[in-house]
Amino acid sequence: MKKHFSRRYLGIPYMIFLIFFVIAPVLVILYYALTNGKGQFTLSNLFGFFSSGYAIGTLVYSIFIAFIVTLVCLILAYPAAYILAKEKVRKSSVLIILFITPMWINFTLRITALKEVLTALEGNISYYPFLNTVIGMTYDFLPFMILPLYTTISKLDDTLSEAAEDLGAGSAKVFLKVTLPLSVPGIISGIMMVFLPAMTNYVILDMLYNSTFIMGSLIGSYFAAYDWHSGSMISIILLVIIFAVNIITDRFADDDAKGRRAVL
Amino acid sequence: MKRMGYVLWLLIVLLFLYMPILMLSVYSFTDSESMGIISGFSLDNYRTLFTSPELRDMIIGTFALAIVSAVISVILGTSGAIGAFYSKSGTKMFADSANQIPVVNADVVTGFSICIFLIVVLNMKKETFIPLIIGHTVLSVPFVYLSVMPKLKQMDESLYEAALDMGAKPHAALMKVIIPQIAPGILSGFVMAITLSLDDYFITTYTKPATFDTISTYVVNATKGAQTEIKTALWALSTVIFVIITIAVFFMNVGAGKEKKNV
Repeated sequence: MKKHFSRRYLGIPYMIFLIFFVIAPVLVILYYALTNGKGQFTLSNLFGFFSSGYAIGTLVYSIFIAFIVTLVCLILAYPAAYILAKEKVRKSSVLIILFITPMWINFTLRITALKEVLTALEGNISYYPFLNTVIGMTYDFLPFMILPLYTTISKLDDTLSEAAEDLGAGSAKVFLKVTLPLSVPGIISGIMMVFLPAMTNYVILDMLYNSTFIMGSLIGSYFAAYDWHSGSMISIILLVIIFAVNIITDRFADDDAKGRRAVL
Repeated sequence: MKRMGYVLWLLIVLLFLYMPILMLSVYSFTDSESMGIISGFSLDNYRTLFTSPELRDMIIGTFALAIVSAVISVILGTSGAIGAFYSKSGTKMFADSANQIPVVNADVVTGFSICIFLIVVLNMKKETFIPLIIGHTVLSVPFVYLSVMPKLKQMDESLYEAALDMGAKPHAALMKVIIPQIAPGILSGFVMAITLSLDDYFITTYTKPATFDTISTYVVNATKGAQTEIKTALWALSTVIFVIITIAVFFMNVGAGKEKKNV
């Protein structure tokens, strides 16, 4: 066994790094969330969040926006991914790269471009805040929805849908009863990649029209006011939501299509 | 007819994804200050982009940060993955789970928690750049770990044993036998670390020194500012980045395609 000694110890620096810079910060915000300025244990930050109309409104609005954006992404991406994966489009493996290339371009620059286009089309973009939020986020997150869908659909076994056709199912029925249920893991992966960032990415709204009515910027506003206790509580609430969503969806998601940014 | 519909749908989605950035590229070659106003051809934006010291420092700073944090991430993540791979299952479980925290967590929360811990609790100064580099490393290193781990699982263990039996020292066997076998994982981890760092806004904004900006934080501030010269110079920047990314993606995939054929 002696000859194995050196390899196990290689992990020590990373373990220390994880404890100090990943676990400790989470514990620190947990501590801040559950204490007041004097360091005493309190749940007032939690109650404060749930009794503030503004905070609750932001949470509800964030979830609503994220839901709509996810739905729009799904409606746009599913047919595209399906066509690329199943309809024998020429050079579909090159085309799919075209669909996901935008995710490597800095998102603030892409939103700048979108803002210019929307301004040219609409005149004053602040007249349509909800529409523009949905367009902005869809524009940013769409590639993250297309990729897992494509990965899952292109793996589907064609013989299953052929068998359904042979047994007399029409093409609509084959799609609804065979293809769609089998592509659920890809759909779940796509939803995870779009829904959670859409709930927290406040920069898109901020850039489009200086709005701060979304969960992510709530943290920032408390931070700017040096109210670390409330900011920490909101972080913890977000953390709990994120991990709950992940645990629930993890078992349904496609292993190959997992990982928000595991693209390369 | 059905095929026409398919092609049309793909075109609509592609148009949505590319129209803004392509329009911006066209306008970057004019002297207009906002889209929709037609005006003459001009290279002023590119001249500003490459000569303004403020823009140049910001771009160099962004890439320097990306490279430094990616190199640290590769060293930490690769050694961490090798160490965890050969550890007892409990230790490996711990590393796997802790590694997953920054992956699933929202970047805003990651940035905020690092900021609170390093700057508020430990009283570290943002001006030292240490919080910024740690923040970007936390963002990238899990992805290095995740891309190295599968390569370790595929690796042929007997080669390492053979090297030791032939008298190689463990560290020599590690460098000459294990590292080459997991090199593709290390490389893709490195590329991912670079792109994550370049794209990040949230962690940067919580940990950066007041006078330092990356492309992301700079662009966000510039869209709010009134300086049209800077604003339109950023159009030129996004055109340059768009061209570089397109070329890089094209070559990476041509390379990957050839590799697959050889196997």
